[in-house]
Amino acid sequence: MGPLAPNELISENTNFLLAFFIGIAFGWVLESSGFSSSRKLAGIFYGYDAVVLKVFFTAAITAMLGLLFMSLFGWIDLSLVYVNPTYLSSAIVGGVVMGVGFIMGGFCPGTSFCGAAIGKIDAMVFIAGLFIGVYGFAFTYGWWEKLYLANYLGEPKVSEKLGMSDGLFGLFMILAALGMFIVAEWAEKKFPREEY
Amino acid sequence: MSNNTKTRKVRKYLNPYLGGVLLGLVLLAANFVAGRGLGASGAVKSVVATTIRAVDKDAVNTNPFMAEYAESHSGNPMKSWLVFEMLGVVVGGFLSGAVAGRLKLKVEHSPKITSRRRLVFALAGGVLFGFGSQLGRGCTSGSALSGMAVLSMGGFITMMAIFGTAFALAYFFRRNWI
Repeated sequence: MGPLAPNELISENTNFLLAFFIGIAFGWVLESSGFSSSRKLAGIFYGYDAVVLKVFFTAAITAMLGLLFMSLFGWIDLSLVYVNPTYLSSAIVGGVVMGVGFIMGGFCPGTSFCGAAIGKIDAMVFIAGLFIGVYGFAFTYGWWEKLYLANYLGEPKVSEKLGMSDGLFGLFMILAALGMFIVAEWAEKKFPREEY
Repeated sequence: MSNNTKTRKVRKYLNPYLGGVLLGLVLLAANFVAGRGLGASGAVKSVVATTIRAVDKDAVNTNPFMAEYAESHSGNPMKSWLVFEMLGVVVGGFLSGAVAGRLKLKVEHSPKITSRRRLVFALAGGVLFGFGSQLGRGCTSGSALSGMAVLSMGGFITMMAIFGTAFALAYFFRRNWI
Protein backbone atom coordinates (compact mmCIF):
# COMPACT_ATOMS: atom_id res chain seq x y z
CA MET A 1 0.00 0.00 0.00
CA GLY A 2 2.20 2.82 1.21
CA PRO A 3 4.25 4.79 0.49
CA LEU A 4 1.71 6.06 -2.03
CA ALA A 5 3.89 8.04 -4.46
CA PRO A 6 6.77 5.54 -4.82
CA ASN A 7 4.17 2.78 -5.34
CA GLU A 8 2.60 4.94 -8.06
CA LEU A 9 -0.80 4.85 -6.37
CA ILE A 10 -1.08 8.63 -6.73
CA SER A 11 0.07 10.88 -9.55
CA GLU A 12 2.98 13.30 -9.27
CA ASN A 13 0.63 16.28 -9.12
CA THR A 14 -1.50 14.69 -6.38
CA ASN A 15 1.72 14.09 -4.48
CA PHE A 16 2.59 17.80 -4.78
CA LEU A 17 -0.89 18.83 -3.68
CA LEU A 18 -0.63 16.55 -0.65
CA ALA A 19 2.84 18.05 0.04
CA PHE A 20 1.16 21.45 0.26
CA PHE A 21 -1.45 20.17 2.74
CA ILE A 22 1.15 18.30 4.78
CA GLY A 23 3.12 21.57 4.82
CA ILE A 24 0.09 23.44 6.17
CA ALA A 25 -0.22 20.91 9.00
CA PHE A 26 3.55 21.12 9.60
CA GLY A 27 3.49 24.93 9.78
CA TRP A 28 0.38 24.92 11.97
CA VAL A 29 1.87 22.51 14.51
CA LEU A 30 5.22 24.35 14.61
CA GLU A 31 3.57 27.73 15.14
CA SER A 32 1.03 26.56 17.70
CA SER A 33 3.81 24.84 19.67
CA GLY A 34 5.68 28.15 19.90
CA PHE A 35 8.36 27.43 17.28
CA SER A 36 7.77 30.83 15.68
CA SER A 37 9.57 32.47 18.61
CA SER A 38 13.38 32.46 18.65
CA ARG A 39 13.47 33.20 22.38
CA LYS A 40 11.29 30.20 23.09
CA LEU A 41 13.43 28.00 20.82
CA ALA A 42 16.72 29.17 22.37
CA GLY A 43 15.29 28.39 25.82
CA ILE A 44 16.41 24.78 25.55
CA PHE A 45 20.05 25.87 25.58
CA TYR A 46 19.61 27.77 28.86
CA GLY A 47 17.09 25.49 30.56
CA TYR A 48 14.30 28.05 30.83
CA ASP A 49 12.11 26.54 28.10
CA ALA A 50 12.48 22.97 26.90
CA VAL A 51 9.70 23.03 24.32
CA VAL A 52 12.16 22.17 21.52
CA LEU A 53 13.34 19.01 23.22
CA LYS A 54 9.83 17.88 24.18
CA VAL A 55 8.26 18.46 20.77
CA PHE A 56 11.25 17.20 18.79
CA PHE A 57 11.71 13.90 20.60
CA THR A 58 7.99 13.20 21.00
CA ALA A 59 7.64 13.73 17.25
CA ALA A 60 10.62 11.54 16.36
CA ILE A 61 9.31 8.70 18.56
CA THR A 62 5.73 9.02 17.29
CA ALA A 63 6.83 8.87 13.65
CA MET A 64 9.32 6.08 14.29
CA LEU A 65 6.73 3.93 16.12
CA GLY A 66 4.14 4.77 13.48
CA LEU A 67 6.43 3.55 10.71
CA LEU A 68 7.32 0.37 12.60
CA PHE A 69 3.66 -0.46 13.30
CA MET A 70 2.52 0.39 9.78
CA SER A 71 5.26 -1.86 8.43
CA LEU A 72 4.18 -4.62 10.82
CA PHE A 73 0.57 -4.34 9.61
CA GLY A 74 1.73 -4.36 5.99
CA TRP A 75 0.50 -0.82 5.36
CA ILE A 76 3.85 0.55 4.26
CA ASP A 77 6.86 -0.95 2.53
CA LEU A 78 9.80 0.45 4.47
CA SER A 79 12.22 -0.55 1.70
CA LEU A 80 10.63 2.20 -0.42
CA VAL A 81 10.96 4.84 2.30
CA TYR A 82 13.94 7.16 1.95
CA VAL A 83 16.64 6.63 4.56
CA ASN A 84 19.06 9.53 4.72
CA PRO A 85 22.53 8.43 3.59
CA THR A 86 25.39 8.71 6.06
CA TYR A 87 28.42 10.72 5.01
CA LEU A 88 30.17 10.73 8.36
CA SER A 89 32.44 13.77 7.91
CA SER A 90 29.93 16.16 6.39
CA ALA A 91 27.18 15.03 8.80
CA ILE A 92 29.40 16.08 11.72
CA VAL A 93 30.93 19.26 10.23
CA GLY A 94 27.62 20.37 8.70
CA GLY A 95 25.88 19.71 12.01
CA VAL A 96 28.47 21.74 13.93
CA VAL A 97 28.11 24.70 11.52
CA MET A 98 24.30 24.46 11.88
CA GLY A 99 24.67 24.35 15.67
CA VAL A 100 26.62 27.65 15.63
CA GLY A 101 23.93 29.10 13.36
CA PHE A 102 21.23 27.89 15.75
CA ILE A 103 22.65 29.53 18.90
CA MET A 104 23.42 32.76 17.02
CA GLY A 105 20.24 33.00 14.97
CA GLY A 106 17.73 31.31 17.28
CA PHE A 107 15.95 29.59 14.42
CA CYS A 108 16.41 26.62 12.17
CA PRO A 109 15.19 26.82 8.55
CA GLY A 110 11.70 25.36 9.12
CA THR A 111 10.96 27.45 12.19
CA SER A 112 12.26 30.64 10.54
CA PHE A 113 9.63 30.35 7.79
CA CYS A 114 7.02 29.90 10.52
CA GLY A 115 8.23 32.96 12.40
CA ALA A 116 8.31 35.01 9.21
CA ALA A 117 4.73 33.91 8.44
CA ILE A 118 3.46 35.63 11.61
CA GLY A 119 5.53 38.77 11.12
CA LYS A 120 8.82 38.18 12.97
CA ILE A 121 11.34 40.43 11.26
CA ASP A 122 14.28 38.59 12.82
CA ALA A 123 12.97 35.42 11.16
CA MET A 124 12.81 37.16 7.76
CA VAL A 125 16.41 38.32 8.17
CA PHE A 126 17.40 34.77 9.16
CA ILE A 127 15.81 33.51 5.91
CA ALA A 128 17.80 36.09 3.94
CA GLY A 129 20.86 34.64 5.67
CA LEU A 130 19.82 31.11 4.67
CA PHE A 131 19.80 32.12 1.01
CA ILE A 132 23.21 33.79 1.33
CA GLY A 133 24.55 30.64 3.00
CA VAL A 134 23.18 28.30 0.32
CA TYR A 135 24.45 30.54 -2.51
CA GLY A 136 27.78 30.67 -0.70
CA PHE A 137 27.92 26.88 -0.61
CA ALA A 138 26.87 26.60 -4.26
CA PHE A 139 29.65 28.89 -5.47
CA THR A 140 32.40 27.46 -3.25
CA TYR A 141 31.31 23.82 -3.61
CA GLY A 142 34.65 22.91 -5.21
CA TRP A 143 36.43 23.75 -1.97
CA TRP A 144 34.23 21.45 0.12
CA GLU A 145 33.57 18.64 -2.34
CA LYS A 146 36.13 16.29 -0.75
CA LEU A 147 34.65 16.86 2.71
CA TYR A 148 31.11 16.60 1.32
CA LEU A 149 31.76 13.14 -0.12
CA ALA A 150 34.19 11.80 2.51
CA ASN A 151 33.52 8.71 4.64
CA TYR A 152 30.39 7.53 2.85
CA LEU A 153 28.88 4.64 4.82
CA GLY A 154 25.80 3.92 2.71
CA GLU A 155 22.35 4.15 4.31
CA PRO A 156 22.89 2.37 7.61
CA LYS A 157 20.27 2.35 10.35
CA VAL A 158 21.49 3.00 13.90
CA SER A 159 19.79 -0.19 15.02
CA GLU A 160 21.81 -2.21 12.46
CA LYS A 161 25.05 -0.57 13.55
CA LEU A 162 24.30 -1.36 17.18
CA GLY A 163 23.35 -4.92 16.28
CA MET A 164 19.79 -4.81 17.62
CA SER A 165 16.31 -4.96 16.14
CA ASP A 166 14.48 -1.76 15.17
CA GLY A 167 11.92 -2.44 17.89
CA LEU A 168 14.47 -2.84 20.66
CA PHE A 169 16.26 0.32 19.58
CA GLY A 170 12.90 2.07 19.55
CA LEU A 171 12.31 0.99 23.14
CA PHE A 172 15.69 2.39 24.20
CA MET A 173 14.91 5.63 22.40
CA ILE A 174 11.62 5.97 24.25
CA LEU A 175 13.36 5.36 27.59
CA ALA A 176 16.07 7.91 26.71
CA ALA A 177 13.41 10.46 25.76
CA LEU A 178 11.50 9.89 29.01
CA GLY A 179 14.74 10.49 30.92
CA MET A 180 15.32 13.74 29.01
CA PHE A 181 11.72 14.85 29.62
CA ILE A 182 12.17 14.40 33.36
CA VAL A 183 15.36 16.52 33.28
CA ALA A 184 13.57 19.10 31.10
CA GLU A 185 10.64 19.44 33.50
CA TRP A 186 13.08 19.86 36.38
CA ALA A 187 15.12 22.51 34.51
CA GLU A 188 12.02 24.51 33.60
CA LYS A 189 11.09 24.71 37.29
CA LYS A 190 14.62 25.63 38.33
CA PHE A 191 15.32 28.40 35.82
CA PRO A 192 13.16 31.54 35.70
CA ARG A 193 10.73 31.41 32.84
CA GLU A 194 8.62 33.79 30.86
CA GLU A 195 6.14 33.00 28.11
CA TYR A 196 7.07 34.59 24.81
CA MET B 1 -3.98 44.75 14.20
CA SER B 2 -2.04 45.93 17.24
CA ASN B 3 -5.33 47.02 18.79
CA ASN B 4 -6.70 43.63 18.08
CA THR B 5 -3.88 41.88 19.97
CA LYS B 6 -4.30 44.25 22.91
CA THR B 7 -8.01 43.72 23.29
CA ARG B 8 -8.00 40.07 22.43
CA LYS B 9 -6.23 37.65 24.70
CA VAL B 10 -3.38 35.90 22.92
CA ARG B 11 -4.06 32.20 22.97
CA LYS B 12 -1.60 29.96 24.77
CA TYR B 13 0.69 27.54 23.01
CA LEU B 14 -0.17 23.90 22.57
CA ASN B 15 0.96 21.41 25.21
CA PRO B 16 4.46 20.43 23.92
CA TYR B 17 3.87 16.67 24.20
CA LEU B 18 0.62 16.98 22.26
CA GLY B 19 2.43 19.19 19.74
CA GLY B 20 5.10 16.51 19.45
CA VAL B 21 2.58 13.74 18.79
CA LEU B 22 0.87 15.89 16.14
CA LEU B 23 4.20 16.74 14.51
CA GLY B 24 5.06 13.03 14.55
CA LEU B 25 1.78 12.22 12.80
CA VAL B 26 2.51 14.88 10.15
CA LEU B 27 5.94 13.33 9.61
CA LEU B 28 4.34 9.88 9.42
CA ALA B 29 1.87 11.19 6.83
CA ALA B 30 4.76 12.59 4.75
CA ASN B 31 6.47 9.20 4.79
CA PHE B 32 3.24 7.36 3.96
CA VAL B 33 2.37 9.67 1.06
CA ALA B 34 5.73 10.54 -0.45
CA GLY B 35 8.06 7.90 1.00
CA ARG B 36 10.17 10.68 2.46
CA GLY B 37 10.16 12.89 5.53
CA LEU B 38 9.71 16.60 6.06
CA GLY B 39 12.27 19.23 5.14
CA ALA B 40 12.95 22.92 4.90
CA SER B 41 16.43 23.76 3.62
CA GLY B 42 15.81 21.64 0.51
CA ALA B 43 13.22 24.19 -0.63
CA VAL B 44 15.77 27.00 -0.27
CA LYS B 45 18.20 24.89 -2.28
CA SER B 46 15.62 24.50 -5.06
CA VAL B 47 15.12 28.27 -5.27
CA VAL B 48 18.89 28.84 -5.31
CA ALA B 49 19.40 26.23 -8.05
CA THR B 50 16.56 27.76 -10.09
CA THR B 51 18.01 31.27 -9.97
CA ILE B 52 21.54 30.09 -10.75
CA ARG B 53 20.20 28.22 -13.77
CA ALA B 54 18.15 31.23 -14.89
CA VAL B 55 21.18 33.51 -14.80
CA ASP B 56 23.65 31.04 -16.26
CA LYS B 57 22.16 28.39 -18.55
CA ASP B 58 25.52 26.64 -18.71
CA ALA B 59 25.90 26.37 -14.92
CA VAL B 60 25.26 22.61 -14.95
CA ASN B 61 28.49 22.22 -16.91
CA THR B 62 30.57 24.85 -15.14
CA ASN B 63 29.41 24.69 -11.52
CA PRO B 64 29.99 21.32 -9.79
CA PHE B 65 27.25 22.09 -7.22
CA MET B 66 24.74 22.49 -10.04
CA ALA B 67 26.00 19.32 -11.69
CA GLU B 68 25.57 17.44 -8.42
CA TYR B 69 22.11 18.97 -7.99
CA ALA B 70 21.03 18.04 -11.53
CA GLU B 71 22.12 14.45 -10.91
CA SER B 72 19.80 14.04 -7.94
CA HIS B 73 16.91 16.24 -9.14
CA SER B 74 15.51 15.76 -12.60
CA GLY B 75 13.27 18.34 -14.22
CA ASN B 76 12.30 21.77 -12.96
CA PRO B 77 13.83 22.36 -9.49
CA MET B 78 10.77 24.38 -8.40
CA LYS B 79 8.55 21.37 -9.08
CA SER B 80 9.81 19.67 -5.97
CA TRP B 81 8.00 18.12 -3.03
CA LEU B 82 9.75 20.31 -0.51
CA VAL B 83 8.92 23.56 -2.35
CA PHE B 84 5.19 22.75 -2.17
CA GLU B 85 5.55 21.59 1.42
CA MET B 86 7.29 24.83 2.46
CA LEU B 87 4.62 26.95 0.76
CA GLY B 88 2.21 25.04 2.98
CA VAL B 89 4.34 25.75 6.07
CA VAL B 90 4.05 29.50 5.48
CA VAL B 91 0.26 29.20 5.06
CA GLY B 92 -0.11 26.91 8.09
CA GLY B 93 2.10 29.09 10.29
CA PHE B 94 0.15 32.18 9.26
CA LEU B 95 -3.22 30.53 9.94
CA SER B 96 -2.16 29.30 13.37
CA GLY B 97 -0.77 32.74 14.25
CA ALA B 98 -3.96 34.41 13.01
CA VAL B 99 -6.24 32.15 15.05
CA ALA B 100 -4.12 32.61 18.18
CA GLY B 101 -3.83 36.39 17.80
CA ARG B 102 -0.06 36.33 17.32
CA LEU B 103 0.22 38.14 13.97
CA LYS B 104 2.48 41.10 14.59
CA LEU B 105 5.31 42.71 12.69
CA LYS B 106 8.19 42.88 15.18
CA VAL B 107 11.79 42.08 15.95
CA GLU B 108 11.80 39.69 18.87
CA HIS B 109 14.80 40.05 21.14
CA SER B 110 15.95 40.01 24.74
CA PRO B 111 15.46 43.41 26.46
CA LYS B 112 19.22 43.42 27.13
CA ILE B 113 20.13 43.76 23.46
CA THR B 114 19.11 46.13 20.66
CA SER B 115 16.99 45.17 17.66
CA ARG B 116 19.98 45.89 15.50
CA ARG B 117 22.18 43.42 17.38
CA ARG B 118 19.42 40.80 17.17
CA LEU B 119 19.13 41.25 13.40
CA VAL B 120 22.90 41.07 12.85
CA PHE B 121 23.02 37.78 14.77
CA ALA B 122 19.91 36.49 12.97
CA LEU B 123 21.55 37.17 9.61
CA ALA B 124 24.85 35.56 10.62
CA GLY B 125 23.01 32.57 12.10
CA GLY B 126 20.99 32.20 8.91
CA VAL B 127 24.11 32.25 6.74
CA LEU B 128 25.76 29.55 8.85
CA PHE B 129 22.60 27.42 9.02
CA GLY B 130 22.12 27.71 5.27
CA PHE B 131 25.70 26.72 4.58
CA GLY B 132 25.72 23.92 7.16
CA SER B 133 22.46 22.46 5.85
CA GLN B 134 24.04 22.01 2.43
CA LEU B 135 27.17 20.41 3.81
CA GLY B 136 25.13 18.22 6.16
CA ARG B 137 22.56 17.27 3.46
CA GLY B 138 19.59 18.69 5.31
CA CYS B 139 18.67 20.72 8.36
CA THR B 140 16.92 20.02 11.65
CA SER B 141 13.78 18.90 9.77
CA GLY B 142 15.14 16.93 6.85
CA SER B 143 18.26 15.43 8.33
CA ALA B 144 17.81 15.33 12.10
CA LEU B 145 14.05 14.83 12.69
CA SER B 146 13.12 12.92 9.53
CA GLY B 147 16.39 10.96 9.66
CA MET B 148 15.74 9.88 13.25
CA ALA B 149 12.23 8.67 12.41
CA VAL B 150 13.67 6.24 9.84
CA LEU B 151 16.54 5.41 12.22
CA SER B 152 19.16 6.81 9.82
CA MET B 153 22.57 6.84 11.46
CA GLY B 154 23.41 10.09 9.65
CA GLY B 155 20.24 11.67 11.07
CA PHE B 156 21.24 10.84 14.64
CA ILE B 157 24.80 12.09 14.09
CA THR B 158 23.62 15.39 12.58
CA MET B 159 21.08 15.85 15.39
CA MET B 160 23.77 15.36 18.03
CA ALA B 161 26.19 17.68 16.20
CA ILE B 162 23.59 20.48 15.90
CA PHE B 163 22.30 20.37 19.47
CA GLY B 164 25.68 19.48 21.01
CA THR B 165 27.37 22.47 19.35
CA ALA B 166 24.58 24.87 20.29
CA PHE B 167 24.70 23.68 23.92
CA ALA B 168 28.50 23.94 24.00
CA LEU B 169 28.44 27.52 22.71
CA ALA B 170 25.36 28.69 24.64
CA TYR B 171 27.49 30.29 27.35
CA PHE B 172 29.21 32.63 24.88
CA PHE B 173 25.95 33.89 23.40
CA ARG B 174 23.98 34.06 26.66
CA ARG B 175 23.63 37.86 26.56
CA ASN B 176 21.55 37.52 23.39
CA TRP B 177 18.98 35.31 25.04
CA ILE B 178 18.91 35.62 28.84
